[in-house]
Amino acid sequence: MHAMTLAQMARGLAAGEFSSAELVRHLLDRIGRLDGELNAFVTVTGDAALEAAQAADAARAAGTIGPLAGLPIAHKDIFCTAGVKTSCGSRMLDNFVSPYDATVVERLRAAGVVMLGKTNMDEFAMGSSNETSFYGPVRNPWDTSRVPGGSSGGSAAAVAARLVPAATGTDTGGSIRQPAALTGITGIKPTYGRVSRYGMIAFASSLDQAGLLTQTAEDAALLLGAMAGHDPRDSTSVDAPVPDYTAGLDAPLEGLKIGLVEQFMDEGLQPENAAAIEAALKVLEGLGATVRRISLPNIGLSVPAYYVVAPAECSSNLSRFDGVRFGYRTAEPRDLEDLYKRSRGEGFGAEVKRRIMTGTYVLSAGYYDAYYLKAQRVRQLIAADFRRAFEEVDVIVGPTSPTPAFELGAKVDDPVTMYLNDIYTIGVNLAGLPGLSAPCGFVDGLPVGLQLVGRAFDEGRILNVAHRYQQATDWHAQAPGGAFA
Amino acid sequence: MEWETVIGLEIHAQLATRSKIFSGAATAYGAAPNSQACLVDLGYPGVLPVLNAGVVRMAIAFGLATESTVAARSVFARKNYFYPDLPKGYQISQYELPVVHDGRIEIRLDDGSRKTVGITRAHLEEDAGKSLHEDFHGQSGIDLNRAGTPLLEIVSEPDLRSAKEAVAYMKAIHQLVRYLGICDGNMQEGSFRCDANISVRPVGRHEFGTRAEIKNLNSFRFVERAILFEVERQIDILESGGKVVQETRLYDPDKDETRPMRSKEEANDYRYFPDPDLLPLEIGPEQVEAVRAALPELPWQKRDRFMAEYGLSDYDAGVLSSARAVADYFETVAAGVADKKLAANWVMGELAGALNKAGLDIAASPVDAHGLLGLLHRIEDQTISGKIAKEVFEAMWAGEGDADAVIEARGLKQITDTGALEDVIREVIAGNPNQLEQYRAGKDKLFGFFVGQVMKATGGKANPALVNELLKKLLAG
Repeated sequence: MHAMTLAQMARGLAAGEFSSAELVRHLLDRIGRLDGELNAFVTVTGDAALEAAQAADAARAAGTIGPLAGLPIAHKDIFCTAGVKTSCGSRMLDNFVSPYDATVVERLRAAGVVMLGKTNMDEFAMGSSNETSFYGPVRNPWDTSRVPGGSSGGSAAAVAARLVPAATGTDTGGSIRQPAALTGITGIKPTYGRVSRYGMIAFASSLDQAGLLTQTAEDAALLLGAMAGHDPRDSTSVDAPVPDYTAGLDAPLEGLKIGLVEQFMDEGLQPENAAAIEAALKVLEGLGATVRRISLPNIGLSVPAYYVVAPAECSSNLSRFDGVRFGYRTAEPRDLEDLYKRSRGEGFGAEVKRRIMTGTYVLSAGYYDAYYLKAQRVRQLIAADFRRAFEEVDVIVGPTSPTPAFELGAKVDDPVTMYLNDIYTIGVNLAGLPGLSAPCGFVDGLPVGLQLVGRAFDEGRILNVAHRYQQATDWHAQAPGGAFA
Repeated sequence: MEWETVIGLEIHAQLATRSKIFSGAATAYGAAPNSQACLVDLGYPGVLPVLNAGVVRMAIAFGLATESTVAARSVFARKNYFYPDLPKGYQISQYELPVVHDGRIEIRLDDGSRKTVGITRAHLEEDAGKSLHEDFHGQSGIDLNRAGTPLLEIVSEPDLRSAKEAVAYMKAIHQLVRYLGICDGNMQEGSFRCDANISVRPVGRHEFGTRAEIKNLNSFRFVERAILFEVERQIDILESGGKVVQETRLYDPDKDETRPMRSKEEANDYRYFPDPDLLPLEIGPEQVEAVRAALPELPWQKRDRFMAEYGLSDYDAGVLSSARAVADYFETVAAGVADKKLAANWVMGELAGALNKAGLDIAASPVDAHGLLGLLHRIEDQTISGKIAKEVFEAMWAGEGDADAVIEARGLKQITDTGALEDVIREVIAGNPNQLEQYRAGKDKLFGFFVGQVMKATGGKANPALVNELLKKLLAG
């Protein structure tokens, strides 16, 4: 039952082949048996999940039910969930039980989706390997000595190991797409403003976007429609109609113009990985698309610009964690300054502190223009590069990550090498565009991903391309073996 | 050496919205601590600010009334610093691009002269909460009810040259924001307060001296006292060869002096940057025009109209247009009487005196405009004299009913019946033969004596003009 995609589960529930309660019980049992090894969950909400599943079954029996009711999901622990611990992977919020639901959580709950638990993540979503979590690293089900990527590593590992068919994630610089690539699943980061950020604990507000990790593009399309749309509680969410993302999935790719980013196919990319991308493009050509090389001249500046803008925003966003009103507070503070210093010093991990310090520095008097303002200008240049490219092509493609999953501990002591993991994904956040990673092969037995980037609010198009690709290939259907089979 | 004072004021006007600037929590004053702070005000993880549209309308109204530019695009920025009553660790304000800029307002000084004061900018921001350092046994309490309360910070040009000018400017802004209905102006509750930037320079020098900023002045008197003290302090330093230090100071009303704030509190680098949670504030011409169309008559417009329409003096027009409630009261009364000056005199005289004595606002007056109008009608139709009217007013104030009821109950109706009055006068003349003799012998001054006697005999109810006429006739014999 666990090997099914979300769409298959939905059909099974609708046909009465099994109940939501049976499905949820089965998955909870798997989580209980297998998550000790993966560490993908921070919190499992078994009782509440069963109750919600039974309610969905009852509603189905009564005939009052939507298409998503009773389907299981996990939420990244960055989304506030009423009455459930919301840790953001940090000691700072280890004791924090949110008094309210994030809009994403609320909307999926309203659609009848059943939450099984909260997934592990890099602390405050800062990391590319899920090794910065207060709750310890998540392991990649394809090889448990390796990382699952990050920061949505718990969500990715849980979906890849078939503990849940789908999980929410957030993506600030690649945090959905990179772990999706490294665990062989599909991950979509919608356009900035497509999904409400309300109740999603902020890392870098101008870049953060909620999305999904699923087995297939079809599954992502099913859930995205329920998550997306304007939210009056988030001023940056865009008031534009939400299409039925499933309706366009099967559209033919004849005449589709695809642009391959030439800057991404350089020596930084592992040759086997490059070969997988080339092979994927052949498949898309076979489906009627045309592929040409395009240039994003300023894309090489993405990483440095990002590591100014994101830390700047995070240094301010994380100021509210001060030990005064919620979260971690140090024992016996001597005075106010001691309360601040020790609560924050003890509550935050090393990577979070590094970024707060970097961000504080780049916003300081005398440095603001040289760093923050300049980075914002670079950001405009990168966005303009994408705009120009989209005058010629409909979808932009490239690799998601330069290498497959690496060993736990391999890069933790070298932040710059770690940051370069997101070299292909970060520019998409800076430009605010929708991006998707779909599995496109294996290198040394480890999955690698193909990244698709669309025009703003054209999620439907990249879902369509990914879906057609997945109809023609079976990379997405590969699942880790061994204990996880 | 002759010194010139240079002052600029930063006025914080709390905008009179029901809910906060970025959340739906109420703004009412005086609620139990932390009972009016929602998750947004508390800076909970994941929450986001949403701009209250009401504050934008208010800022536009202020901009239009001060002939300012209303920015088509302004930007909210974060001012970052740590303090327990600042829940997010930053205050949302406007920094490089304020919503209103480059305006002016005319002030009037006691000597009747006028001066135009430039308004550099006015920007929207949220207030912080309050730290309570008493009653917590060595710890501090925090009340976040005020956190997120909308403020309009109005920054003047350094155009003010004396404490008196500063107070006149502050009063002009105070009057304006209350006229516009965008601030209740309550200074005790902190709804209207200011910081003063003060420096001195030798007369004739163009460059400004080093300034000190006096924080949080919440009365007109404190503004005046603080400036007077600070100017003297700076002149003393300069004349003894010292240098003024640029610093933030506090005014202590008990000691009537300013002193430096702890330097720790000002050593902040606020690291301003545009708030990524809020879109730039865009204001279109149609929105500006909608606010313009709904603008009330402004204080100086009303003053001019009162002079033209009611023939009032500049001074009377100024007093009667000082506040909208006073002006509305006056106009209600004036509309019903032929003698507009009579209405003005009563509102500025008896009414203002009684309100002042009772410490009441005109809105809470026991005698409302229609009540006073009823009284003035009885003066105009000569039912009572102006003197008796004062007695009637007092009775009305004490709650004895409207003018007619009081006049009836107390039998104060003026005697205008010639026959009846002649009888009284004859009795008075008959009762004072000596005075009559002296009067007829040429002692004209005694006429007043007879008037007094007649008034006494009629309990003041005799029509004074009629008394004069009849008395003259009858005394002549």
